[in-house]
Amino acid sequence: MSMQISYTLNGRKLTDEVDPVQPLTEYLREKGCFSVKRGCETSNCGLCTVLVDGRPVLSCATLTARINGKTVETLEGLQDAAAEIGAYLADEGAEQCGFCSPGLIMNIIAMTRELDHPTEAEIKAYLAGNLCRCTGYVSQLRAIQKYLAEKERA
Amino acid sequence: MKHNYVGTGVRKSDAHALTTGQPVYTDDIAPANCLIVKVLRSPHAHALIREINTDIAKKVPGIACVLTYQDVPQHRFTMAGQTYPEPSPYDRLILDRRVRFVGDAVAIVAGETAAAVDRALRLIKVQYDVLEPILDFHKAKDNAILVHPEEDWEAKCPVGADNKRNLCASGEESAGDIEAVLASCDVVLTRTYHTKANQQTPMETFRTATYLDTYGRLNIISSTQVPFHVRRILSIALGIPKSRVRVMKPRLGGGFGAKQTVVTEVYPAIVTMKTGRPAKIIYTREESMIASSPRHEMEVTVRIGAMQDGTIRGIDLYTLSNTGAFGEHGPTTVGLSGHKPIPLYSGNQEAFRFRYDVVYTNVMSAGAYRGYGATQGIFAVESIVNELADALGCDPIDLRMQNMVREGMVMPAYYGETANACALDRCVQRVREMIGWDEKIKPRVLPNGHIRAVGMGMAMQGSAISNVDVGAVIIRLSDDGTYNMLLGCTDMGTGCDTILAQMAADCLDCRMEDIAVYASDTDTAPYDSGSYASATTYVTGMACVRACEELRGKIIRQGAKMLGLDESAVEFDGARVFALAEEGRAVSLSDIAYSGQCGCSDVLSATVSHSSPVSPPPFMAGAAEVDVDPETGHVELVDYVAAVDCGTPINPHLARVQTEGGIVQGIGMALYEDIVYAADGTNLSNSFMQYKIPSRLDIGTVRVEFESSYEPTGPFGAKSIGEVVINTPSPAIADAVARATGVRVRTLPITAEKIVRGMMEQGK
Repeated sequence: MSMQISYTLNGRKLTDEVDPVQPLTEYLREKGCFSVKRGCETSNCGLCTVLVDGRPVLSCATLTARINGKTVETLEGLQDAAAEIGAYLADEGAEQCGFCSPGLIMNIIAMTRELDHPTEAEIKAYLAGNLCRCTGYVSQLRAIQKYLAEKERA
Repeated sequence: MKHNYVGTGVRKSDAHALTTGQPVYTDDIAPANCLIVKVLRSPHAHALIREINTDIAKKVPGIACVLTYQDVPQHRFTMAGQTYPEPSPYDRLILDRRVRFVGDAVAIVAGETAAAVDRALRLIKVQYDVLEPILDFHKAKDNAILVHPEEDWEAKCPVGADNKRNLCASGEESAGDIEAVLASCDVVLTRTYHTKANQQTPMETFRTATYLDTYGRLNIISSTQVPFHVRRILSIALGIPKSRVRVMKPRLGGGFGAKQTVVTEVYPAIVTMKTGRPAKIIYTREESMIASSPRHEMEVTVRIGAMQDGTIRGIDLYTLSNTGAFGEHGPTTVGLSGHKPIPLYSGNQEAFRFRYDVVYTNVMSAGAYRGYGATQGIFAVESIVNELADALGCDPIDLRMQNMVREGMVMPAYYGETANACALDRCVQRVREMIGWDEKIKPRVLPNGHIRAVGMGMAMQGSAISNVDVGAVIIRLSDDGTYNMLLGCTDMGTGCDTILAQMAADCLDCRMEDIAVYASDTDTAPYDSGSYASATTYVTGMACVRACEELRGKIIRQGAKMLGLDESAVEFDGARVFALAEEGRAVSLSDIAYSGQCGCSDVLSATVSHSSPVSPPPFMAGAAEVDVDPETGHVELVDYVAAVDCGTPINPHLARVQTEGGIVQGIGMALYEDIVYAADGTNLSNSFMQYKIPSRLDIGTVRVEFESSYEPTGPFGAKSIGEVVINTPSPAIADAVARATGVRVRTLPITAEKIVRGMMEQGK
């Protein structure tokens, strides 16, 4: 079974024949978006987070058919923001294995677009769905707070 | 030697690639035309395959091969990534007629698409003779049901193993007369503590890709901590020479010991050998939860003897360890359950005894998980010391200050090694101040009825396996005066590629960016046992320092020759070799490098292997402040503080994150994590829904400080950091909960149910 969809991926308009029930995670990886990772099958880990029409979604729980007519952004299309936020993580050693970093950074980008001056509790709540097994989260929080403080200064 | 990089928190060299989502992990770089490999798994905890019919499955369009036990080599091996001869028994086949746990491999299917493979898996017809399983590890030893009755089962090392008794290992060691010492103590406590199997859950699940290269050799890209062990194990399992196998490790999405076992490699490897085609297996999270390499469940019974004045005179410890269906890391993890906690109390120790049995059962095989048995033993011993403090009516910190190991002491229960570098006393004092121990030792009831209390624990680990682990470095000078450094250790996110470059840059007086690091590939890297047992900083680090020294010597020799001077008349400053008597008379490193490539018989390169006769323990102390709701038993972790002695922290930022990450894994073990089986042996903890790891909402503050010592046998005074950090949360949190509620939880995890039940039993 296939279906034709039209959508925008990282700024490029595309029309594609897709398997409509293929999870978006696997579809995007097939399109070369290797930043999109799968860490579970139960929508628990946040590794597969991408932006659909500007909002963060778990691509593992999104059928490919649902991006028809929508705009999809992955880290491949947000390289400047990734490098900027990534530098703050790296300065704390908070990227560690890096496997959860793309999903986390996608959600940090979404958070900065959605929330003004988030408090520590708001940051933790917004990012609660992004699991990480290496860092224990503490260094990530330090990095995010420094990034947000610097953004406000600028 | 001037230090520019060691001791500074430089960024990890791979940080930009990782944070911008570059394709650097196994599945990102696997060949695009890989066959998809999946495994059919047993629904029974114990059964023999009577008949297996794959005829229909093979006819599914797109299926390349379906393999059963009849199609694979029938010589046994172990999947444990350990130095040969492995202490873990040779008890595995790639596929076996006997299946030993729910999830054990029954058949391997490879096909063009995942959909085709899934369809074929459903069409394999298996008839089982279902056998009674052993699911209770207390009943395994000398049970009539045998997990490994096979005649070709083999223990390559004398570890007290006996497959006809379900024993993977057993043993006893002691110093002094423990019975006499305990008999003459004022107070003797006997307690049993039970730690559960835990999953490491690296965010990247197990995965491997394989293909044949130009020369028909089996090439393996795998998310592994042990490339050289993978090469050997596959050579044994497949019956092909090691020269026909090459193993490459790209970036790893975490390991924590999980990937010190060869969990997935054999499956695509045999598919590629059979079909000649590239193949890959990507474990689902479910497979990673039910057929992997979790922490050994252990029941640790401790007897501790002390005098009324607090002198701890003897410890007697018995560990029963559950290795599950196979013996990976069974004989070795159990050793640490005694060797790490008992020496913490070397201060006044007159005698100790350590006995153990490791038993086979019909649950998933255990493996290596950060802490490797020490975590289990330390929960027991640190908990009983806290209980002893209660019994003696003294402060648990004072009791430890009175009895702990200190710098210069011999540790009889730690292979008789001397603690050359030990800041444990400073760590404990630091933690006492950080948490505000003296003000908080008395539990406080808050206006909302919740109870706040503190608890603490100490820990030690090792730095590499003494006289076993090998770390090695090749460093060579390139034409333009930069260097290539080839490593056999495996950075799994920990940052060892970076910290070894920090060391090399300081040794060679150059910039870090002048050192190109490559790891790891068994064709090009020097043999390294791999990254486990807290070995890399200490052992590979020392190999790095020695290799740089050797290369400096060669650079000086070549430079002196070019200057027409004696070696003793010149010096190397990182950029040039110059005459000591005449500063201006010099030859640049670049010119020396070029000269090494023209008419020169002396290669400007050094290869050094390093092994250590000792395994210096890192030490730490941790303290927890909890908030317990006595109505519900809910525990909120308010604050966790820790002070760590890892010798010299080579990169303080990375050492800090190691510590914070290890502590939060330890918090998960203490409060949530438990692999639960149904009565028929089905693993119920098969997803992140059922097996909860901490999220960022589940921890309060975690604060870490370093109390450094200087280890004379380590690079720049360093010991290890990777494992010791997971050991303190369980005893510290259990102690805080006991102080708050009076309920001493001796079976992890410390759940609300156990606390409430305990309070009800006390009539509260």
